[in-house]
Amino acid sequence: MSAQASGEKKEFWRWKEYNWKSDEIDWRKGKIITAGVDVGSVSSQAVIVVDDELYAFSNQRTGSNSPGSAGKAMMWALEGTGMTMDDLHYAIATGYGRVNVPFTDRAITEIACHGRGANYMYGGTVRTVLDMGGQDCKAIHTDARGKVTRFLMNDKCAAGTGRGMEVFADLLGVSIEEVGDMSLEVEKEPPPVSSTCVVFAKSEATSLLRSGWDKEMVLAAYCSAMAHRIVSLLERIGVEKDFAITGGIAKNRGITRRLEKELGLEILDTRYDTQIAGALGAALFGQALVKKGKGRKKSLA
Amino acid sequence: MKANYGYRDGSGDYFIEIDTDLCDGCADCVAACPASIFEVGEDENDPLSDDEVASVKADGRKSLEYDCGPCKPVRDRPELPCVASCKPGAISHSW
Ligand code: SF4
Ligand code: SF4
Repeated sequence: MSAQASGEKKEFWRWKEYNWKSDEIDWRKGKIITAGVDVGSVSSQAVIVVDDELYAFSNQRTGSNSPGSAGKAMMWALEGTGMTMDDLHYAIATGYGRVNVPFTDRAITEIACHGRGANYMYGGTVRTVLDMGGQDCKAIHTDARGKVTRFLMNDKCAAGTGRGMEVFADLLGVSIEEVGDMSLEVEKEPPPVSSTCVVFAKSEATSLLRSGWDKEMVLAAYCSAMAHRIVSLLERIGVEKDFAITGGIAKNRGITRRLEKELGLEILDTRYDTQIAGALGAALFGQALVKKGKGRKKSLA
Repeated sequence: MKANYGYRDGSGDYFIEIDTDLCDGCADCVAACPASIFEVGEDENDPLSDDEVASVKADGRKSLEYDCGPCKPVRDRPELPCVASCKPGAISHSW
């Protein structure tokens, strides 16, 4: 799948798909091994947790067949570990496509999983978590242990989130990884585009380009519209410090910088890939459920 | 947990909040709501809890403005059936 024929159209929206495993953990010595699979409308991740520690994960695009993507993500996370599905004590699905994952034992909502995952990734000081999915966006308050204390899910936030950025990158011929930084290269912040909905934003961007705006300006206008929209969602539930963002949006500095400015606070940083939060939370719930004696798949003897 | 289901669109905010710490899972709201918006079951956002609580059904979360319309006449709005039925006072509406 690697050979790139020259002259082939570059796919600017394509972000890096990859897998990772820890060299420090010997899973064979682990007592409880669980997996979490997050099947989103744009991307899918599988995470393996051994005794409450992140051991391995994969991060890839969701294909047209979401159960298939879940399986592929899982296999990819297992790759090179010597572990098989049979070694898992429990597997949990989350995300938009969670009810459709054949090899998992149970499904848990993204709300619960992102709260839990963010607690691991950012630490116990996190009180507000924002997740922008491909289909909806969620603002979550959590306690020191990652338990959800309040949440608000906007079910109509669909277009203009993760997928919107990809469409935009493609339209402007800017790689998705550069969109955020490039949007910061403007001398003066342009007014935000009037809509973040993919369809409208696309035609608006086209006409702005035609009227002489450069790419940086158009991207700035789009990122700023996204930031506004997030702030308006957060308004209802309030932002308590510390504040963390999960998912792909967290990687876009064009949005996070503008958010920090509008909210007047800093967004936490993490060494983990922000896209794995949901799957990681799911795998951590697996750990807790196995300890509770719930749904244990195989004997731990 | 204060669970907010619903959406914000161009015309306003349409959220129903259920305070699951107050909710005892009695299902009175399920019986009271003419639009069958509520259901009672495991708390899907708190997988480690065994308590059953009310939630807004997934297929109703995108159309609350219309579904609740008949309970919310513009003038002389009576107390909402769901709110009236809930003895612990766990339900509130944003609009
Ligand atoms: S306002 Fe009426 S329709 Fe809406 S949830 Fe309450 S009882 Fe149901
Ligand atoms: S009536 Fe109130 S306490 Fe009873 S299930 Fe509904 S929300 Fe919960």
